Amino acid sequence: MGKFIRLKKGFDINMAGKAAPKIATIDQPETFAIKPTDFQGIYMPKMMVKEGDTVKAGTPLFHDKRHENIVFTAPVSGEVVQVKRGEKRKLLEVVILADKEVDYVSFNRYSVSDISGITREAAQQQMIDSGVWVNIIQRPFGIVADPQAKPKSIFISGFDSSPLAPDYGILFKGQEQYFQAGIDILKKFTSGHIHLNVHTSQELPSAFAQAKGAELNKFSGPHPSGCVGVQIHHIDPINKGDVVWTINPFGVIQIGKLFLNGVYDASRIIAVGGSEVKEPQYYKTYTGASVKKFLTGNLKQDHVRVVSGNVLTGTSIGTEGYVGFHDQQITVIPEGDYYEFLGWIKPTAAKLSYHRAFGLFSFLSPKKEFVLDSNTRGEPRAFVQTGVFEQVTPMDILPTYLLKSIMAEDFDEMEALGIYEVIEEDLALCEFVDVSKHNIQSILREGIDLMLNS
Amino acid sequence: MKFLRDTLDKAKHSFEKGGKYHKYFYVFEALDTFHFSPNTVTPARGAQVRDAVDLKRLMMTVVIAMIPCLLFGIWNVGYQHYLALGQAASAGDIITVGLIQVLPIVIVAYAAGGLVEVVFAIMRRHPINEGYLVTGMLIPLVMPPDIPLWQVAVASIFSVVIAKEAFGGTGMNILNVALTARAFLYFAYPLQISGEVWTYLPAGAKTVAGYSGATPMAVAAQASTEGESVVQAFTSFGAGWGDNLYSFTNMFFGFMPGCIGETSTLMCLIGALILIVTGVGSWKIIVSVFAGALGMGAFLNLIAVNEYMAMPAYYHLVIGGLAFGAVFMATDPVTAAQTESGKWVYGLLIGILTVLIRVFNPAYPEGIMLAILFMNVMAPLVDYMVVSANKKRRLQRATV
Repeated sequence: MGKFIRLKKGFDINMAGKAAPKIATIDQPETFAIKPTDFQGIYMPKMMVKEGDTVKAGTPLFHDKRHENIVFTAPVSGEVVQVKRGEKRKLLEVVILADKEVDYVSFNRYSVSDISGITREAAQQQMIDSGVWVNIIQRPFGIVADPQAKPKSIFISGFDSSPLAPDYGILFKGQEQYFQAGIDILKKFTSGHIHLNVHTSQELPSAFAQAKGAELNKFSGPHPSGCVGVQIHHIDPINKGDVVWTINPFGVIQIGKLFLNGVYDASRIIAVGGSEVKEPQYYKTYTGASVKKFLTGNLKQDHVRVVSGNVLTGTSIGTEGYVGFHDQQITVIPEGDYYEFLGWIKPTAAKLSYHRAFGLFSFLSPKKEFVLDSNTRGEPRAFVQTGVFEQVTPMDILPTYLLKSIMAEDFDEMEALGIYEVIEEDLALCEFVDVSKHNIQSILREGIDLMLNS
Repeated sequence: MKFLRDTLDKAKHSFEKGGKYHKYFYVFEALDTFHFSPNTVTPARGAQVRDAVDLKRLMMTVVIAMIPCLLFGIWNVGYQHYLALGQAASAGDIITVGLIQVLPIVIVAYAAGGLVEVVFAIMRRHPINEGYLVTGMLIPLVMPPDIPLWQVAVASIFSVVIAKEAFGGTGMNILNVALTARAFLYFAYPLQISGEVWTYLPAGAKTVAGYSGATPMAVAAQASTEGESVVQAFTSFGAGWGDNLYSFTNMFFGFMPGCIGETSTLMCLIGALILIVTGVGSWKIIVSVFAGALGMGAFLNLIAVNEYMAMPAYYHLVIGGLAFGAVFMATDPVTAAQTESGKWVYGLLIGILTVLIRVFNPAYPEGIMLAILFMNVMAPLVDYMVVSANKKRRLQRATV
């Protein structure tokens, strides 16, 4: 039986510009891109195609040098028009000019009843070859899953609690049989449970309600209750030596489609929201879409920051960038590069704060939707205030001590203080509420990289 | 405002790298950021939006919470002055005397300590820390009204250099800076900070008949050696010139001699309310200091072998600087315990130690200063135990 976990700690960032529950139909973007930087734990991605090559949806674009068989495949068919590299020739983006109709590489097709007969090895081979494999993220450290690993359990977070999060009922409507097929495939990879976690106050999408073979756990409480790391901590915590896999429902469905339809189907629904979007709503597109089409003529002003993902963990991609591999929302907020006279002390009810320090009145209006911009609202300082990180981290973890052990590069301390249990998103709220304006997520990633390379 | 912004922008590049005054960049930065919150934006990866709070606002909240204590202190300095002289005085007179005595101390503390901040910011190339906003206000509030100004300056400089900058600045210090200033004076210039210095009396002033400047703690210690009930001694104190000066309610409101800002338990409680409502000060520490003092006082009542031990425990909460220390000194987040359960232990021990020092160590009539400084040093140990317990839970889980 599933568990019920009541979380109290955390904070819901209530932002203006929530996507209306409708799916707009527009022309598909012309270009799509896959970015190696969206994946952790891959080293020196090697290109397998070159500019000018034509690809089908499911054709490998590049692979990881350390795990040569893990490939990253094209979401749509078309022509590779650009291989964008940065400093030291670091691979940044592989851009594909999409065909009008998507042409698929064909993989083995199975009927629903055949799925139980597929061996783990056969399933694994098809998942790796088609590119759905990289949906699976391995804890500790949030890296692309190692095919040799034997996870003690697999976690699926069935809701998103982050700011302006899309509604999973809209994202995964009508995908019931694919979701089920995906669960059935994933079951082959673990001797433990598949945990599907949902929120008590959100309507249960029917794909989840009907799912068999997964433990259905219920959570209550504010963000970060939807972060899968928090869920793992409360249900089946990661100890030294443990491996747990996580995958979001989109990945499960993509696996289901691979086996039932025999194709790498990257079609997905994304939410486009944020205070600067004229009509926040959902769009049907493919993984890695260029955001241009969704934003042209749909912005209230020019001076904006376009974020792939949510504002806590996302990446600023500009008005012509591409949606990240794992992201299912785009958030557009005002750019905050302005000075404000006496901004550090002026009383205000318009700026959102978790704190209630002098002049910050946002706590009086918990229902209000705030416009948040990218200003840092102050300068970096040493750690001073204590106890706040703990209030937004619903885990038995002491974030300040963990962060300090990372800064000191003390491996034993990092391990003892729980670095195996967290990745960036789990501590993203700490970064938001931090009085001293540390870039906590990048500090944490530095620590994880130290552990990975040790 | 545009003019001011333009002027700052124009001046900015001579302070930036390669500019003529690059050495003074952090002085400029402090000036700039006190006028305008900066235009910096979040990095491309990670949290794209940030909370409206920053350290300046946090520190100003503490300063605001101290204002009731400051205002009352100004009044009380004047009030005690005229009481000791036995003269009737108008509110205007009282406030004038209070302002003349208190304001210079505040200005000197801010100027002397602030100067050290600036010098260190230039030398060590770190931003000027707004922590001094709080320290510069705390120091005057724990000074006797009669203190020579040069001592205020020396103490401020000493404490900022030794207690803070030597450790790397705000956030790195081990001892509470303002209490270090007070302790420095206590041990370096004991004459000016102990005995009958708690009421402002100009040299040669003629006090009212029967006047005594003894503080409640001195009265209590005195009564105890003479085997007289402490409460009785409080009641009879001031007879003829300041009736009921040391009654419980009078001491709760703070109309008694003492440090400028710490006499009034009521004003400290208002400050505590501000700190707790805004979440800036830890309510756990404030509550546990009071609880520790009350509990220790009650325990001493039970086993009392002398009159000080028999003094009703709740008197401990209104005499001396316990309330001020609990609210404004013990809650300093940098020097206090930093773990949530550690804060309970830290606060309780401060309360217990304060009462122990008061009752059993006649050399140090006020215990809160040394209790907090001692627990500042011990706080990392308290945290170490809490953190070890956290690690242990994680290890135990692994074997299950």
